Amino acid sequence: MSEFLAHSITIMPALLSALLKTLQLAVISAVLGIPLGLMASLGRISKSRILGLIASGYVTLFRGTPLMLQVLFFWGVFSQLEGFTAALIAFTLNSGAYTAEIMRAAIQSIDKGQMEAARSLGMSYGQAMRRVILPQTYRRLLPPLVNELAALTKDTSLAMVVGVVELMKQSQQFVARTANVAGTYVWAALFYLVMVVALTALANRLEKKLEARG
Amino acid sequence: MEQPIIQITGLHKYFGQLEVLKGIDLTIQKGEVVVVIGPSGSGKSTLLRCMNFLEVPTRGHVLFKGEEVGQREANGKMVRLPEAVLDKQRTHMGMVFQRFNLFPHMTALQNVIEAPVQVKGMEQGKAEELGRNLLKRVGLAEKAGQYPAFLSGGQQQRVAIARALAMEPDVMLFDEPTSALDPELVGEVLQVMKDLAREGMTMVVVTHEMGFAREVGHRVLFMDGGVVVEEGKPEAIFSNPQHPRTREFLAKVL
Repeated sequence: MSEFLAHSITIMPALLSALLKTLQLAVISAVLGIPLGLMASLGRISKSRILGLIASGYVTLFRGTPLMLQVLFFWGVFSQLEGFTAALIAFTLNSGAYTAEIMRAAIQSIDKGQMEAARSLGMSYGQAMRRVILPQTYRRLLPPLVNELAALTKDTSLAMVVGVVELMKQSQQFVARTANVAGTYVWAALFYLVMVVALTALANRLEKKLEARG
Repeated sequence: MEQPIIQITGLHKYFGQLEVLKGIDLTIQKGEVVVVIGPSGSGKSTLLRCMNFLEVPTRGHVLFKGEEVGQREANGKMVRLPEAVLDKQRTHMGMVFQRFNLFPHMTALQNVIEAPVQVKGMEQGKAEELGRNLLKRVGLAEKAGQYPAFLSGGQQQRVAIARALAMEPDVMLFDEPTSALDPELVGEVLQVMKDLAREGMTMVVVTHEMGFAREVGHRVLFMDGGVVVEEGKPEAIFSNPQHPRTREFLAKVL
């Protein structure tokens, strides 16, 4: 027990700063991925064939290939990029593709009469989307979106393959150095868990707030 | 004679292979209340929806105050107008739907003032005053802060009417406004529509309410199979229908 304690104290500072890296990767790619997903979902449902083609090509490509490949691709092809940036780009684009499908489904689940009513009042397509359709999707959007963000949080561990010292890479380095497998990974696991649980709790609170609105 | 509010000539509408409107000619003057009756699938809702371009006519012309709605003719072909122009045209035509289509995330008042604020850029305070007056007019002053989910069908439809009126339209299009209502709620909606008609609003009403057609309509159109089979003053249509299909239909519904 005291050995575990001593080990934990030794690795904790570096582990915490690695956790910060993981958080940066997850938060930034989520913040960028959500608007990207929104744009791609609007592209997919738009009447413009070109926009539709671009959007569905993007979604198909990033959902149809392994995330690890995407990370390595951006890192390898754009050799001037740091591992962190390359991973961030891959995570953002990948998350945007999944988010796009979530949003498309939510938008299309709204009754067609809503768009017709808005347009019949003289609202533009954009106004109708922004003021009438999208606000109605929030509640339906939240559960699958939280799923996606939880997956994204854990997937940031793939950044280790391009040399980013995030939580997974740092843990692995400590394991290699100290041979204390359980005592190291248990902390990494706990940190991932806390992030996902916190995210879920936040979403639940938001869901309650949206529900109260009637 | 004044320019008609709506003038439809040679209107055809296909859904795929199915011809839903087979050549409609119809002129509606300012202040007129035109009631369209007919069996389900006769094309009456489609006709109404062509008036504000919710359905795009396959052939023919729909003019609103002398101006083609949603499209223009160029070298013998119909070309879409820019969306902004169509939006502008639609602000002058209010529409009331069978299923109300209120915005569920907005209160009754917010529903009513949404378009004046967003489309006309009306100042919030002024819009609220207008909204409250309109809700009062449809008998729902005390429901301004309620969300649609907490209103009855009849109340929702009255809010929807107020919402359409808020844009001060030149014509109101009613697409079976009472068909989704419980029988005991139909009266309150018809009453609001009667008041509107009495105030001189130009109205096109697709309905199964024969009492309303007879009492309020200036002109009744009987549609069947995508054509206007017979039209005339309500008393003429209801007491002395000329066409056998009209007689057959009226015998079933009256």
